[in-house]
Amino acid sequence: MRPVYAISGGVSKFAKARPDKTFQAVVKEAYDYAIHDIGLDFPRFTELVDGSVASYFSDHFARQLMAAIMVQDYLGLCPKPSHRVEGGGATGGICFQEAWKNVASGHMDICVAYGFETMSHVETWKGNEFIALASDVSFDYPVGGFYSGYYAMMVTRHMHEFGTTVEQLAAVSVKNHHNALHNPYAQKRNKLTIADVRAAPMVAWPLTRLDICVMSDGAAACILCSEEGLRRLEAAGAQIARPLVRVSGVGRGTDAMRMADRPHADYDAFMRLYATEQERGSDETRAYYRRLWEHGARYPGVHSFRAGRTAGNMAYKQAGIADPLHELDFVELHDAYTSSEIQTYEDLGLCLYGEGGPFAASGQAFLPQLDYGLDLPAAPVCPVNPSGGLIACGHPVGATGLMQGVFAIWQLQGTVGQHFGDAALQIEDARRGAIHSHAGTGTYVTVTVLEREGGAS
Amino acid sequence: MTTPNKVEETLGGAIVHNLPFPRDLDDAALAGLKQMSPLQVEQRYCITYLHSYGQDSPWFAALTNRVLLGSRDPASGYTYANPRGHDMATGQPTDWVVLPDQGRVHAFTVCHFGSEEFLPECPYVLALIEFEGVDTLFLTRLVGVDPAAASLGWIGMRVQARYLRNAKLRPTDVYFMPAIHE
Repeated sequence: MRPVYAISGGVSKFAKARPDKTFQAVVKEAYDYAIHDIGLDFPRFTELVDGSVASYFSDHFARQLMAAIMVQDYLGLCPKPSHRVEGGGATGGICFQEAWKNVASGHMDICVAYGFETMSHVETWKGNEFIALASDVSFDYPVGGFYSGYYAMMVTRHMHEFGTTVEQLAAVSVKNHHNALHNPYAQKRNKLTIADVRAAPMVAWPLTRLDICVMSDGAAACILCSEEGLRRLEAAGAQIARPLVRVSGVGRGTDAMRMADRPHADYDAFMRLYATEQERGSDETRAYYRRLWEHGARYPGVHSFRAGRTAGNMAYKQAGIADPLHELDFVELHDAYTSSEIQTYEDLGLCLYGEGGPFAASGQAFLPQLDYGLDLPAAPVCPVNPSGGLIACGHPVGATGLMQGVFAIWQLQGTVGQHFGDAALQIEDARRGAIHSHAGTGTYVTVTVLEREGGAS
Repeated sequence: MTTPNKVEETLGGAIVHNLPFPRDLDDAALAGLKQMSPLQVEQRYCITYLHSYGQDSPWFAALTNRVLLGSRDPASGYTYANPRGHDMATGQPTDWVVLPDQGRVHAFTVCHFGSEEFLPECPYVLALIEFEGVDTLFLTRLVGVDPAAASLGWIGMRVQARYLRNAKLRPTDVYFMPAIHE
């Protein structure tokens, strides 16, 4: 595989509704931003780019089959090669990785990944129905198909197994909404308290409206290229930020559609198949897990994401990461629910299995430069969702994983202040970060590591 | 048969006449059209599907006879609470087995909101049920608990399968209630 660089990106303002433009034109906002950020104009970039990958989740939301080709032609990219990817909530993350594959394999030197979703075209409850159709329509959907309900069941089990509290969940919401105060692209920018989160209307016990992301209209685009692509772009006048941002690790995992069908692995199987390198190598961790299993814990059950752990382990191995908490400077992860952020802390190895709750409230995933109004016992170590994540930015599904890619590129370029008009979210000397995209109840998960050339911290 | 000389006018859908529009279409007026507010129209989309349960059909037939089936790999004995034609590990065809009538709540939630289809039923309780000797869980409705009194104490509760008398060939033909006798 060849080195692949993520050189530019753009995001449309995520909003509850964008009736002012069709989906093609909303994608063009993000696409144009990415092109102009490297100092090229539309015709010149069109000449240079080799092809694209397109991302949107639901034909139901679009009420338009083959919507991606309509974006391709609106962007003037015909007859260049392209294809659409779809993998539920992970669609954007998969799109980013497919663009990486196009370049890493030598199939293309310059590839643009673009994605969108227009969720405002139906009422929220109909949108919930469309999303719930991404669960087994013979056995799960007819029982009361509702994704917030599925995630709430995971939470109750996590609380039962590990003592996780609703206040720990709420800490995630406070953090992500507060971060988004400084992100002009975010849909919900609020300063909240734990009490605010708990007082919000109950959606699926114990998750309140402020534990859950909202539906959005929006688009995002990322430009990836090889060294040859860089040469061609720069020969054409592109101004590409240095140091470069390289894609250094790519991982993907899957799990059964029906979460009821997931295994409950014993300790030996967990250590052999799912434990991180760090977990396997630590006597203390092995002893902790022994005790956990003796008390009845199993893995993944319904309260953990085997696909996420698989994706993380794969990406970390490629990127040479052994201790993600200390070797990543930030993570943009798929927090469709506060609870899924907590579950994902564990599966991405930011904390031990079962310790996601205390980790959430510890402060280790917060930004050091912001005052959240919370009593946080530990210092920040690895900020999670410095952009505000899905909960605050919104979740226009096909765009979301690419939005994470754009924000990661800007963090690693050190250009957050330039793009946000506010440098408050810039992580000092950010050298390496991960983006994590997640579908269904954990059916497809992607993890991609990006790092600034010149070495990670 | 005469050749029609115009499209027939109809009365369905939205009917509008002469939306505000510039009378003189000079350059300035045409450029001004970019300021026009978006027009939004309803588009209905309604499809009836003929859905086949395929190899899982006996599971639904069993519910109409007040029997809950599961699937078992004959070699390993690994047992699924949901029907599954082939085992995940061996790839071999599974056998049908009768599941116990009682199980325990593994996880649950109370849905106070939902998809459009289920909104009239809110609040309703979803639960994942674990069965003795069965390796996977079963998603169902839990009835007979107070949705306003949700409690982690419900986890581990012994529950009993109940069946609709008027079966609908849906997985909700079976539901669970707290067991009267432990």
